[in-house]
Amino acid sequence: MSKRTDSNLYTIIFAVIMVLIVGSLLAFFASSLKPNIDENKRIEKQQNILYAMGVNENDESSANFVSTDVAGDEFAKYITKQIVIQGDKITEDDKAYLIDVKKEQASAKAGNERKLPLFIGEKDGKTFYVAPIRGKGLWDAIWGYVAMDENMVVQGAYFDHKGETPGLGANIKQRFFMDDFAGEHLMTEAGDFKGITVAKGNNDPKNEEKTDYEVDAIAGATITGDGVSAMIKSDLKLYVPYFKSLKK
Amino acid sequence: MGLLSKKDAVLITDPLLDNNPITIQVLGICSALAITAELKASIVMAVSVMFVLGLGNVVISLMRNIIPSKIRIIVQLVVVATLVIIVDLVLKAFAYELSKTLSVFVGLIITNCIIMGRFEAFALGNGPWRSFLDGIGNAVGYGLILVAVGFFRELLGSGTLLGFKVLGDPIEKTGLYAIGYENNGFMLLSPMALIVVGIIIWVQRTKNKSLIEEN
Repeated sequence: MSKRTDSNLYTIIFAVIMVLIVGSLLAFFASSLKPNIDENKRIEKQQNILYAMGVNENDESSANFVSTDVAGDEFAKYITKQIVIQGDKITEDDKAYLIDVKKEQASAKAGNERKLPLFIGEKDGKTFYVAPIRGKGLWDAIWGYVAMDENMVVQGAYFDHKGETPGLGANIKQRFFMDDFAGEHLMTEAGDFKGITVAKGNNDPKNEEKTDYEVDAIAGATITGDGVSAMIKSDLKLYVPYFKSLKK
Repeated sequence: MGLLSKKDAVLITDPLLDNNPITIQVLGICSALAITAELKASIVMAVSVMFVLGLGNVVISLMRNIIPSKIRIIVQLVVVATLVIIVDLVLKAFAYELSKTLSVFVGLIITNCIIMGRFEAFALGNGPWRSFLDGIGNAVGYGLILVAVGFFRELLGSGTLLGFKVLGDPIEKTGLYAIGYENNGFMLLSPMALIVVGIIIWVQRTKNKSLIEEN
């Protein structure tokens, strides 16, 4: 190091210039790429919703979405109606899938009535009700989409996470975990909401029992699993009044 | 290696074995423990680090004569963070699927001690080309250990490799599981990664006694 670079003045000028350059560089990249990134996120939401209701390109063991270039068309084809439930008010809104669940959860905490989006889809003559859920895993946010029939029996689920441990909590987005949810009941016979618990040692690893309100947990991913149970319970519970009103 | 002079080739080959960043310099242990529960994650991490370390070393090396020594660590950190964020944004915009796989690793790359270690120890005192080679060499050395650890942890912990069930199905009881074999769930937890790294260090130093430090 030469002497010149040791002076305080040089250090400060260097730091200021560096921050300016780096700051504007990052700002430039962030703002110029934002439209592309938002578009990717929008398509991903459509793919997630379609995945939950069984419109996907799964092969034997891995989970595959419909490809990005057809996602928009498939979404329009299968999702017949999108509604927003807010208290007793139900409005139709074909942009309901863009509602940010995270923001709604925050605004519900602040005392506002939460907007609950629900996507109604039609496939092979069956009606699916797909609801978004969101919660906390071990490290960061986890979220998902659950497709149900009119009795709140789960037909399919898709989970995703921001930063769960690879090989452990990150496996909630693997088929062996998500597939277990299909067929599980959320409501008791008596009509109370019970939810689904991700349970260790439930003596049913093949998940043959569909009315035990449990699916087999992933070993080593207890907290992520608890997060999944919690978000299913707290978020899907809010849809119960709507499903009850369907039967009247 | 006809392409590189002998002195340069050493920069690539040395970190692979006798000066391996993980087993000899004991850098980058944190990420080696965190993400080696499966092989795929190990490979992705190794490639990401190779990219950032190669590029970062060049950038730092180009700036080495103008960086004020008092804040050089901060400058290094800023360079890594900037590079990683730009790469992350570009991936999110043009290769969204890949960026989702990488998301966990982005933070881990910034805090990877190998990167800061090589900036500090090598790039600050050497030219861009040699720094580039040093970066690639260290990243490959790091990757080798990562893949080795990931291989054993996924195989013994989950009975799979890259997601394929190589030992049979633990629930249907086929393959090895039919004769009573069980996955060792402990392999999936971080302490076992440390033990596996320890075993690799042990084997390596037994083979090459010159690596054993005198106390």
